[in-house]
Amino acid sequence: MGDDEDRLAVARGFIGGLPHARDLGMDILEAADGRALMALDYDPRFVGDPETGVLHGGVVTALLDTCSGAAVWLHPQSGGPTATIDLRIDYMRAAQPEKRLFARAECYRVTRTVAFVRAMAWTESPEEPVAAAAGAFTFEMRA
Amino acid sequence: MRRKPPEPMQVVKQRRDAALARMAGAIPYVQHLGVTFERRGDELTTVLQYDEKLIGNPRLPALHGGAIGAFLEIAAIMELAWSQVWERMEGGGPAAEAIDAGRFPPLPKTIDFTVDYLRSGLPRDAYARARVNRVGRRYASVHVEAWQDNRVRLFAQATGHFLMPQEAA
Repeated sequence: MGDDEDRLAVARGFIGGLPHARDLGMDILEAADGRALMALDYDPRFVGDPETGVLHGGVVTALLDTCSGAAVWLHPQSGGPTATIDLRIDYMRAAQPEKRLFARAECYRVTRTVAFVRAMAWTESPEEPVAAAAGAFTFEMRA
Repeated sequence: MRRKPPEPMQVVKQRRDAALARMAGAIPYVQHLGVTFERRGDELTTVLQYDEKLIGNPRLPALHGGAIGAFLEIAAIMELAWSQVWERMEGGGPAAEAIDAGRFPPLPKTIDFTVDYLRSGLPRDAYARARVNRVGRRYASVHVEAWQDNRVRLFAQATGHFLMPQEAA
């Protein structure tokens, strides 16, 4: 368990070092092999539709992208930094205003050069997703 | 039928710029990210003003993939929304008066959005232009291209589908 806590602390330090993640107030809640759970708090500055108070899709994209990148970075075979090659987001429902936004990502497959990730975002329950993502990321195998 | 004399160009321009500024100003995240719009006739260029808070990789340094994605999505939605507003303004009548009074149609909603990251975003301003490839009563398909120094060297592009607002009026 100590290892997992250490890893979470390292991951939190890493996320905290990314200015854009810090700007949006992202936090990492769980860090496991090829998996990450992240969240960000609702903020009126992040609203995309003033009529409804719903978060901008771009904020959801940013959390899903960061969480996916973290899952790649947490893959046991990862040996270097990663960058997004391609990311597809499907929006299923609006993020509930005033609620915390969560994202979970899984790096389910890697080759020597590419990591494949799927991710999900929700506000109230993972059973009612706000968005789903599928991405490809650059990958460097640990030497 | 008596025709009204044409309005002076300055008045027309002012009205268009005011409508655009109002639309953009109403979206908090557009303001927070530091996105602005430049207009030539009905053509929009979306601008991401560089700021340190947009950085995702401090070592390179490079813009955050999420910030780039958000920027492209903003460009796509604004292009769609603006084309609807433009049509109304040009059409005249009550629809144009509603726009003048600040009553805009609801924003289109994103169904899906796919971003293709071609090269890392440099720590400087970025520009995007979107093209509406198809807009029907319900769905629209939009393509966006983004560049920094060189218009033909894209650093990201995206395609998205959007649900058009269904209006009673």
